[in-house]
Amino acid sequence: MMRLPKFEYRVPREISEAVKMMADAGPDGMFVAGGTDLYPNMKRRQQTPKTVISVTRLQEMRAIRGDAETGIVIGPSISLTDICNHPVINRDYPVVAEAARLISTPLLRNMGTIGGNLLLDTRCNYYDQNYEWRKGINFCMKKDGDICWVAPSSPKCWAVQSADLVPVMVALGARVKLVSTLGERMVTAEGLYNDDGINYLHKRPDELLTEIHLPPRNGMKAVYKKLRRRGAFDFPVLGVAATLDRAEDGTVRDARLILGGVAPAPIRVKEAEGILVGHKLDQERMAAAAEACYLKARPLDNTDFLMNWRKQMARPFVLRALEELR
Amino acid sequence: MIKIKPMAEDKKQKAHIRFVLNGETVEVAFAPHKTLLEVLREDLNLTGTKHGCELGECGTCAVLVDGLPILSCLALGLDMEGREVTTIEGMAEGGCLHPLQVTFADLGAAQCGYCSPGFLLTAKELLERNPAPTRDEIREALSGNLCRCTGYIKIYEAVELAAARMRGEEAEPAREIIHGYE
Repeated sequence: MMRLPKFEYRVPREISEAVKMMADAGPDGMFVAGGTDLYPNMKRRQQTPKTVISVTRLQEMRAIRGDAETGIVIGPSISLTDICNHPVINRDYPVVAEAARLISTPLLRNMGTIGGNLLLDTRCNYYDQNYEWRKGINFCMKKDGDICWVAPSSPKCWAVQSADLVPVMVALGARVKLVSTLGERMVTAEGLYNDDGINYLHKRPDELLTEIHLPPRNGMKAVYKKLRRRGAFDFPVLGVAATLDRAEDGTVRDARLILGGVAPAPIRVKEAEGILVGHKLDQERMAAAAEACYLKARPLDNTDFLMNWRKQMARPFVLRALEELR
Repeated sequence: MIKIKPMAEDKKQKAHIRFVLNGETVEVAFAPHKTLLEVLREDLNLTGTKHGCELGECGTCAVLVDGLPILSCLALGLDMEGREVTTIEGMAEGGCLHPLQVTFADLGAAQCGYCSPGFLLTAKELLERNPAPTRDEIREALSGNLCRCTGYIKIYEAVELAAARMRGEEAEPAREIIHGYE
């Protein structure tokens, strides 16, 4: 039986109280929302905070305001189920609800939050194992060890960005508000992620994600495609988020193509975007964009499925996404 | 001579909470880092909630909290303060089985039975929210519960039959569900 290690649990009611508690807890403190990522990791001793600060009762972080005209602000403590069912999100930013519906299972979506999904720990077959398993291979550099088992000569960790909403938020041009006792700042979703499996966020551990801002939609269309083994439960081993903004005559004004699940951070494929912008979407352009994405995807052998196949699947998945936007 | 153990030191460190469990207010003391699953099974002696992967990958430990199915292995006991929890023990009312329990038994939707509490509670919430779900809606709602015996078809059939009966229809299982296809 796998039990949680001992820890102190605190439930603040206001953001100011929460960040104060985190400042007091120091490096041994962690925030928790739904707990569906942190608690399994704690049971396997991958993460071992001494103080856990719950953000689920922060009323300030549970509202959605705005619409497609003004842009919306989403409270990160809202459950994924509520995101899936929210009328404004379904009407104005349906891609967010669609991607949320693909996350894990209904039971876990009742618990997990949108903020938790954005900050999900990176995943790896050599890391997401219980303590004894990891001890058996003498641990890895992400926790307790000093080698990367998937790329032993690599100086950095290759654990994979595995949250469905991450590529979607980057594609939509979202921004997030981070708050600590030192003040608050806005960061773009693109700038939130770091291409390193251990330090995968440009968020300091003492900073609390308090708001998710989506810009006004302006006729932009977006889509998300997910590759996984089963229709439920599984994390993406490839996620493609695409947005397209087109002029009346069909010329692409703006495009974004983001790959998830194939590196420690979401990959924005600017080469592919450059191929599309300024032209009409025809088969040739779409195939060239898909090829550019294929070249940029660099999965390693540390998730489900063969890595070469995952890389190859970037082509048809990008094509499918673009076909749907056409 | 009966030896009385000295009060363990961790006795002091126990958390004490009050919540509504299966319609009754309960008070319980437990080690504060325990999950709801552990509190239910070890401190409240309700062993109907089953203990599966403990990592959120199977759905066996599902219970209803404020009416929504969640995984008790990933919820803290401490978070239940003031909430309403329903476990499989609370599904029958006044000695009468819930229609889902009846159809699960009649249609062979349980074999080893280990996943049944989780399936029943998840299906109960579905039927409260959607009294006439399609097969696809049932499939989606139950997609977070794993069964390694029946292969799901009988479970879907049992949910459909229970749904029909709960809508007040005089539904009987189709002949081929009981006797197989000729």
